[in-house]
Amino acid sequence: MQTSMKADLFEAPDYYHLDDLLSDEHKLVRSACREWVKREVSPVIEDFAQRAEFPEKLLGGLAEIGAFGPYIPEAYGGAGLDQISYGLIMQEIERGDSGIRSTASVQSSLVMYPIWKYGTEAQKKKYLPGLAEGKLMGCFGLTEPDHGSNPGGMTTTFRDMGDHLLLNGAKMWISNAPFADLAIVWAKNEEGRVYGLIAERGMEGFTTPETHNKWSLRASATGELIFDNVKVPKENLLPEKSGLGAPLGCLDSARYGIAWGAIGAAMDCYDTALRYARERIQFGKPIAATQLQQKKLAEMITEITKAQLLTWRLGVLRNEDRATSAQISMAKRNNVEMALRIAREARQVLGAMGITGEYSIMRHMMNLESVITYEGTHDIHLLITGADITGFGAFK
Amino acid sequence: MKILVCISHVPDTTSKINFADSDTRFDTNGVQFVINPNDEFGLTRAMWFKEKQGASVTVVNVGGPETEPTLRKALAIGADEAIRVNAQPEDGFFVASQLAKVVEDGGYDLVIAGRESIDYNGGMVPGMLASLTGANFINTCIGLEIEGSEATATREIDGGKETVKCALPLIIGGQKGLVEESDLRIPNMRGIMMARQKKLTVTEAAEAPGRTSVVKFEKPAPKGEVKLVSPDKLDELIDLLHNEAKVI
Repeated sequence: MQTSMKADLFEAPDYYHLDDLLSDEHKLVRSACREWVKREVSPVIEDFAQRAEFPEKLLGGLAEIGAFGPYIPEAYGGAGLDQISYGLIMQEIERGDSGIRSTASVQSSLVMYPIWKYGTEAQKKKYLPGLAEGKLMGCFGLTEPDHGSNPGGMTTTFRDMGDHLLLNGAKMWISNAPFADLAIVWAKNEEGRVYGLIAERGMEGFTTPETHNKWSLRASATGELIFDNVKVPKENLLPEKSGLGAPLGCLDSARYGIAWGAIGAAMDCYDTALRYARERIQFGKPIAATQLQQKKLAEMITEITKAQLLTWRLGVLRNEDRATSAQISMAKRNNVEMALRIAREARQVLGAMGITGEYSIMRHMMNLESVITYEGTHDIHLLITGADITGFGAFK
Repeated sequence: MKILVCISHVPDTTSKINFADSDTRFDTNGVQFVINPNDEFGLTRAMWFKEKQGASVTVVNVGGPETEPTLRKALAIGADEAIRVNAQPEDGFFVASQLAKVVEDGGYDLVIAGRESIDYNGGMVPGMLASLTGANFINTCIGLEIEGSEATATREIDGGKETVKCALPLIIGGQKGLVEESDLRIPNMRGIMMARQKKLTVTEAAEAPGRTSVVKFEKPAPKGEVKLVSPDKLDELIDLLHNEAKVI
């Protein structure tokens, strides 16, 4: 495996002195993650992405730094940090790569969160410490081949067989699926009510084929979950919440993390483009001295600053348990599109160099094509805002 | 074993340095601060002693409240408690005098200071501290082992290394080599949470007037413009080096 000899020179922009809104502890959380990403992720990530391989060796580091369930209480192996800390961790990891952030997001918000919020005390004790330590890895199965934006139409079902539950169906586009030890699977019971079940690798009839040939999140493992008459013990049902609101509650947490993560990707693209534009000489002067490049860079920092304010405020609302799903949709939608546009503009600033793996920009750009689609598409989030302000749902 | 690690709060090496008040004061606006790298090597070695041989690790800094995040980071990495002597570090003698009081009050077996801080590069504090407390002193330390009440230290000397033994209590001026850069620890989230509960004691400064004062800071002269000379015009290059740069 090749490691990049190029130093990671990243310097985070803070145009509006938003650091003043953060506590010393937030800044320590952020600097620790930034240091870890510079030391462990930046030197290897391009090579893994080029080879479309998940860097499993980073799992131990993610666990050690505390990226798995940072807001889960200490009693269950988490760090008990607040929501802004969680956001900053996601921002810094995605600054390295969205695929690595996705792994941490899924483990924290889509696996640990539902066990913590909807599970029994026995389930929490059984799974959460191992998940926090990265000894157990999880994935989350909601999306199906024929049900993406409409998860309520899911056809995965389970039947009560007396001494066990019988699970049948298939899930698609599942991050972490190929290596996960367990899956939080959302399925309907005989009355059509959605519940979460914990399926474990090794259960007969449960397979996780890998999805190949992605042009996006290449350093992340994606797969399917296939359940063919899988016998799931009854104690693996998450009993404390049912209905579509249960998985959507997990997605609120994950989407909140994505809103922060996208800022990380955008900052990396902006920082790279700014440095390149100052150094790249054409017509006898740095291209940063030309109006068209300045327009790109000025718009980038403006959009990053707006996104930072949006997520910081959303973090405060989350800490106070006041953030609505619609508010989270707005931040996820705005920030991911912002990051994608910045990645494309930054790519242009670098000219031909922007298409190579020498720079992180095109990797971020391709990653963000997934991020703008997963966990609620860009369009669906717009309709959530639309429904919220008008009172009319326009999904169907 | 009781270990005290002296921690300087210094600008990150990538910081842009500016001066204020007619170039008599370092302008800290917009500057990120870190644990002085020489001290961080020492802190990491102290953590090793704590984990492998059993030791308590206290960190100390002479500075205002703005230095507390740096001490919290040391606590998050694993130090047991922190002391901040509440005073602006006027000069090396002032800092050494404050630390001497902490060392005498705490009864430490081993005091690890960085060989020098990377901001003012005075390099005086560890030696002065040893002199003020009467402890043994080994400077430019690149390796340290402790067995019972005896220390074996490796020092960097001109053109080689020297291994010395001495009894505790000992003060060392440490640097890279005590541990390697790859051994430096990044605080994890649980460590950051635990640091919240750890004791950070603020003590008032002892009377010890500084003996030097800053008259003026100057930045290095800016780099001159680069002149590119084509490889087939060596005469022109020699002419420039001889007549313009006057180096040959």
